[in-house]
Amino acid sequence: MSETVVDTRDLSMRFGGVQAVNNVNFSLRDRELRCLIGPNGAGKSTFFKCLTGQIRLDHSHGRVFIKGQDVTGWRAYEIVRLGVGIKTQVPSVMNGLNVEENLWLSARRVNHREQAQATVAEVIKQVSLERIARRIVGELAHGQRQLVEIGIVLAQRPWLLLLDEPAAGITGAEAEALVRIIHEVNQRATVVVVDHDMQFVRMLGGRVTVLHQGAILREGPVDEVLADAKVREVYIGSRAK
Amino acid sequence: MTGGPTFGVGRVRWAWFIVAALLLLLLPAVTGTNTPTLLLIWALFALSLGLMWGFAGILSFGHAAYFGLGAYTYAIASTNVGESTGPLLLAIIVPAAVAAGIGAMMFYGRISDVYMGVITLVVTLILFKFMSATAGDAYRIGTARLGGFNGIPAFPVLNVPGDTSITIFGTPFYYLVTVLLTLCYLLCRWILGSWFGRVLIGIRENEARVELLGYSAPLYKTAIFTISAAMAGLAGCLFANWAEIVTPGVFSLGQSAEVIIWTIVGGLGTLAGPIIGAIVLGYLKLLLGQQTLIDNSLVLGLILVLVVLLLPSGLLPALTRWRTRRDRASVSKRQAGSTRRRRGHRGDGR
Repeated sequence: MSETVVDTRDLSMRFGGVQAVNNVNFSLRDRELRCLIGPNGAGKSTFFKCLTGQIRLDHSHGRVFIKGQDVTGWRAYEIVRLGVGIKTQVPSVMNGLNVEENLWLSARRVNHREQAQATVAEVIKQVSLERIARRIVGELAHGQRQLVEIGIVLAQRPWLLLLDEPAAGITGAEAEALVRIIHEVNQRATVVVVDHDMQFVRMLGGRVTVLHQGAILREGPVDEVLADAKVREVYIGSRAK
Repeated sequence: MTGGPTFGVGRVRWAWFIVAALLLLLLPAVTGTNTPTLLLIWALFALSLGLMWGFAGILSFGHAAYFGLGAYTYAIASTNVGESTGPLLLAIIVPAAVAAGIGAMMFYGRISDVYMGVITLVVTLILFKFMSATAGDAYRIGTARLGGFNGIPAFPVLNVPGDTSITIFGTPFYYLVTVLLTLCYLLCRWILGSWFGRVLIGIRENEARVELLGYSAPLYKTAIFTISAAMAGLAGCLFANWAEIVTPGVFSLGQSAEVIIWTIVGGLGTLAGPIIGAIVLGYLKLLLGQQTLIDNSLVLGLILVLVVLLLPSGLLPALTRWRTRRDRASVSKRQAGSTRRRRGHRGDGR
């Protein structure tokens, strides 16, 4: 049995009258690939932001543990320094810099100067960014910027990747390439993917957690969960096949 | 510096650098040094803001606070000590320490840019009001009377370290200012070429992403705010030595506004731009000051509006773009000419 690397205990978050996250107890084992799905407003992104320190918590919101360390109330940069790579829902890139420079800033924090340059070259190849490596990121299409952000995350060489909607706005071929990259990375790192693209989630495989109204509805292997009547009712509805 | 990413910071154009250095070196042979010295001090002040604003995206509406603190610190310390070396260092350290405190409060407090603008503005206003209200005899630090609106006159000017009998004024002071401006410029270049500088540029582009890379944005922002204030303090100290009097005017809103205008007009996001902006507009201000027909601020404001409308990136980036376009045009003209010649030769052969 591999060790638990992420663990939330009674995690809750309320915005005014809306209970966005409701007593979520979520755990993740080392090198697991987990998809977090749910309909719009299920609380996926709020839960993601709580995990990554983008929403600051205190102990009244429950607790978050990463590799046994209580990170409740930590800032995002402190959580990242534990070796966590974070991709946000809307591509968060440095628009005025070129692709190489974006990756360099990421790689340099965890590497010496020469090694950083080598890591940038590796990631550019891994994510197939060669043709746009010297392009200013702000001039790229949405899908390309998504890939750049994934490259930024990979350049940190994290042991835990938290990816919020990585497939949004990318083409079918790019999605297939992305699935290959995620599977590759998953050989040495734990990966959490938040998405609502069922095709993409099926391609990824692994275990799935379904959130509904801020709480965990079901958890299990992807095919089993997607076949669940309750899940179909709240999430997929009549379109389920 | 290494190869690879440049982060939009061009390499030092050594030819231009040497030409500028030679011009500055030879200038005292053709003209007096009083006005050029003042312009170079202003250039240093503008450089300090240009570094912080142009590369880390931090706009201070009250940068004069640190300029003024440098000037007052020097005047007070040199009056008490009687020589200049320690006071000169203090004039750098005190503004830097104040900026570190204010910066840490603002950046770790995660206040928005608007509130940051308000705080920086209020700091300089408080200092202006306070210094203006220190006319009484009670307002003295050691032997230095703060002097209210009249300020502090007749303090010891810079001397050669260790020898108070040899003061630095006139042409030697001009050269000292030139050397200090050059050193500060090179320091800025070094900062921007370093990892630290690149993180600052990243923060300017997307602070949230830089934090998600594991960098503490408040730490970096506080550091550059402090460095910028130290440079502004040095400029203030040099200004005090140039004017030989320090008044609350150094904290004025006008002073803060002018340095912003110099930086924008010269070219935000460059180092040479703010220097050029300060020299050109500073000289214009001095010229306009000799007449009473048109208000100085009106002309400066008009220039700002025109530059923002016509050259939004400022003079230097506009000049650079114009040169690049001209070079490209001449290259394509040459290429077109050689293609025509080749076709002509082929035609002759047929």
